[in-house]
Amino acid sequence: MQQKASFSPLSIYFWCFVFILFLPIILLIIFSFNNSVQLVFPLKGFTLQWYQSLSENTEMLKAVRTSIILGFSSSLVATILGTMTAIAVVRYSFPGRSFFIAVSAMPLVIPYVILGVSLLIMFHQIGVHLSAMTAGIAHVVISLPYATLVIAARLVGFPQNLEEAAMDLGATYWGALLRVTIPICFPALMAAFLICFTISFDEFAIASFLVGTQPTLPVYLYSQLRFPTRLPLVVSLASLLMVASMVIVLLAEWLRRAGQTAPRKG
Amino acid sequence: MENRQRVAVLLAPPSLYLLFLFLLPLGIMAVFSFRAGTIGAASQVYTLENYQEFIQNTSYHRLLWRSGMIALTISCFSVIMAYPLAYYLVFRAGAKRVTLLTLLIIPTWTSYLLRIFAWKLILGSSGLLNTFLLWTGIIEEASPILLYSRGAVVITLIYVWVPFVALPIFAGLERIDRNLLEAAADLGCKPWEAFLRVTLPLSLPGVVAGFFFALIPTLGEFVTPLLVGGGQGAMYGNLIQDQFVRALNWPMGSVMSLAMLVVVLVLIFVFTRIGSGTKLLEF
Amino acid sequence: MSECSVELRQATKTFTTKRGANLEDVLAVRGLSLSIEPGEFFTLLGPSGCGKTTTLRLIAGFETPTSGDVFIQGKLMNKVPPYQRPVNTVFQNYALFPHLTVLKNVAFGMAVKRVPRVEREKLAQQALELVQLGDMGDRKPSQLSGGQQQRVALARALVNKPGVLLLDEPLGALDLKLRKAMQIELKQLQMQVGITFIYVTHDQEEALTMSDRVAVMHKGVLQQCGTPHELYEKPVNQFVADFIGESNFIKAKVYRVSGNEALVSVGREYFSAVIGEPQPQAGQEITISVRPEKIVINAPDASAHQGGLGGLVEQVIYVGADTRYVINLESGSTIVARVQNTGNVEEFVKGDAVMVYWEAEDAHILWF
Repeated sequence: MQQKASFSPLSIYFWCFVFILFLPIILLIIFSFNNSVQLVFPLKGFTLQWYQSLSENTEMLKAVRTSIILGFSSSLVATILGTMTAIAVVRYSFPGRSFFIAVSAMPLVIPYVILGVSLLIMFHQIGVHLSAMTAGIAHVVISLPYATLVIAARLVGFPQNLEEAAMDLGATYWGALLRVTIPICFPALMAAFLICFTISFDEFAIASFLVGTQPTLPVYLYSQLRFPTRLPLVVSLASLLMVASMVIVLLAEWLRRAGQTAPRKG
Repeated sequence: MENRQRVAVLLAPPSLYLLFLFLLPLGIMAVFSFRAGTIGAASQVYTLENYQEFIQNTSYHRLLWRSGMIALTISCFSVIMAYPLAYYLVFRAGAKRVTLLTLLIIPTWTSYLLRIFAWKLILGSSGLLNTFLLWTGIIEEASPILLYSRGAVVITLIYVWVPFVALPIFAGLERIDRNLLEAAADLGCKPWEAFLRVTLPLSLPGVVAGFFFALIPTLGEFVTPLLVGGGQGAMYGNLIQDQFVRALNWPMGSVMSLAMLVVVLVLIFVFTRIGSGTKLLEF
Repeated sequence: MSECSVELRQATKTFTTKRGANLEDVLAVRGLSLSIEPGEFFTLLGPSGCGKTTTLRLIAGFETPTSGDVFIQGKLMNKVPPYQRPVNTVFQNYALFPHLTVLKNVAFGMAVKRVPRVEREKLAQQALELVQLGDMGDRKPSQLSGGQQQRVALARALVNKPGVLLLDEPLGALDLKLRKAMQIELKQLQMQVGITFIYVTHDQEEALTMSDRVAVMHKGVLQQCGTPHELYEKPVNQFVADFIGESNFIKAKVYRVSGNEALVSVGREYFSAVIGEPQPQAGQEITISVRPEKIVINAPDASAHQGGLGGLVEQVIYVGADTRYVINLESGSTIVARVQNTGNVEEFVKGDAVMVYWEAEDAHILWF
């Protein structure tokens, strides 16, 4: 049927919305170069001083380090658990399958305040000190559904009998998983890992309850928002982070799609 | 049977993890809600006081209700604003649709905190919007009401949710067999009529899914109100956070959390009853 | 001249597709001209990719011709959108609306035209009864079998009383037995309702069974248009001869042309063959096509008045009603002959030497 010209109301609406979506990010980046302590218009000249002073801020650097380690470990755990869940759910039917899917998907919709608070109480009760690790434990719970979804989507796309073929050739089931399934899913695994990392790295709500004295970067940033003079620093850091997040997400998406098309040859 | 064993081995670690670190804390929270206090002797006493207070204090109910209404407003508007975006991607964008969808989604993967903070730059008295309105002469004085208000919370959260909500609507629209639209045209439907009679009804499962995915977490939202809500924009989630961080009345906070959890579970139940829930999780 | 139901004049449709890094133009339909009579059961036949579905979509209005014209009932339709054309389509995958009941599906076209509900549901119910699904009105399409869905699609199209009904391989998804039953039903329905049916299929047997006329297409070009009898007995080129029924293609050389017959040499023997167009010249290397059932096999010593070409039986295939013999001819060609097992016929075994013969009118001279 007919193709509309590219200036239809729908396309205008779409592009306006994309602009609004990116506007806060663009603004942050603009202000990060602004030569003024105040984050107001009009702009007052270009400077790199905020970026330069980032490297001197040890507290902030510590928070970055905490976030990176936290992100890395929680993503690792979430990806592993997500892979196991995905394989079980996609390849097999078993009693309680729907229930299990529902429960593992629930963290997607449960408000983070409830998740944070409940873990806070539990850690307190069993005497575990709050630290980055306690936040990490929560991050695994919230990123597990995402990891499962990404990996399951990849698994659905490739035929079941590759595992059977491997076993026919002598591998055990677990060997088949390691030699065949995991390698084929590898781009999806990487994509899942990156997505979990992004989730953990940017997460504030739950972390605010559970990090204790080891702030993650978002928690640290939030604590700085009260100090007007520190704001430009926050903004410059924010700009860096946002650009980095976007790059990571693009990478994850590219990996996920590359993996999707791979075994079609032949 | 072999298969049963494998499934058991595969599912054991995730199940245990979810059991002990997701479900168990919720259970502990439920038990905790019966405590008299957090510190010292009071923590050993179990009582229904907190529940009594919760039931009697109508300001809590009003806040819960108001938060519900705010969340409802946000979800409705998010769906309404996201639908044309998804429609554009599926029916007009052609081969570029996945790229454009990714473009739409990318900002949502950057820090939520930072983007909300950036909205302060937009909505504030010396922010972008006011500067623009002053410059064009639409208003004479900087308007402080855009920030630190309930409206700011609503606008900001709609902004956050629209891309997320667009995803299930996109998936639902994509699934519609194009032949059905050709059949509708064949049977005499003009394009807008085909949309109303065929596309829209068939896209509803995706719309409903998007609606609930936005509604349920927004009920417990507290970060956005903290940043842009000011006094008027506080939501129920702030109340809970307050109990744990400032008032240190954890049992009371637990009661409040449980109340919200009940509402959430009811909504999840309603969603699955409507049937569309399971379709999207189908593998 | 009475008004044609559908007419295509030099219709051409080009699609631009992306292949690798380049944009390529694909000529789906090339200079197609057809006239379809009112009340005719007309079939577009060809292998996949030959342009038959594209042609159907040009008539329905889902594609517009790159050049050339489409007329329906005498009116030019090039720029007319599908919802304004007096045609209805039965889609290959039925395209039944999953969110509506069967009855509402059938009533859809009338609902769009704002026919009052009582009336349109009555008409829809009648249409369902016409296709023997009268008690299925309340069900959803997903609850029906493939054959039943197909009939709902048919009813949904017919109830609007279109001038022309377009059917895009509607029986493709059905199993063999059901398909054969539906072929007969569709033909009877068409005769009963009396409107023009334009039918698309790749199954030549189906086309021959149901149609008044068939247009054979290949790579976007019309090969031959005629009655099933004409196509089978007088194929104009190798493609049609090969696509419709089975044919043997035997290399021969023209010896002499006289009138509408030519004397050709196959190996050391001479045969007469019917000439199509254009006329061959003496000395030309050509191909003759002969249907397997037209080949007569005799034992070498039998009354040789018939003459014939010598050959060796290479394979004997028993298919119940016939026996097929794969025979290597002296001239080098290999042919398949079909002999009905009436009980009176001589049977041969592998390795037998035989004499092979056919009548002049059963041999057609073809070109590539």
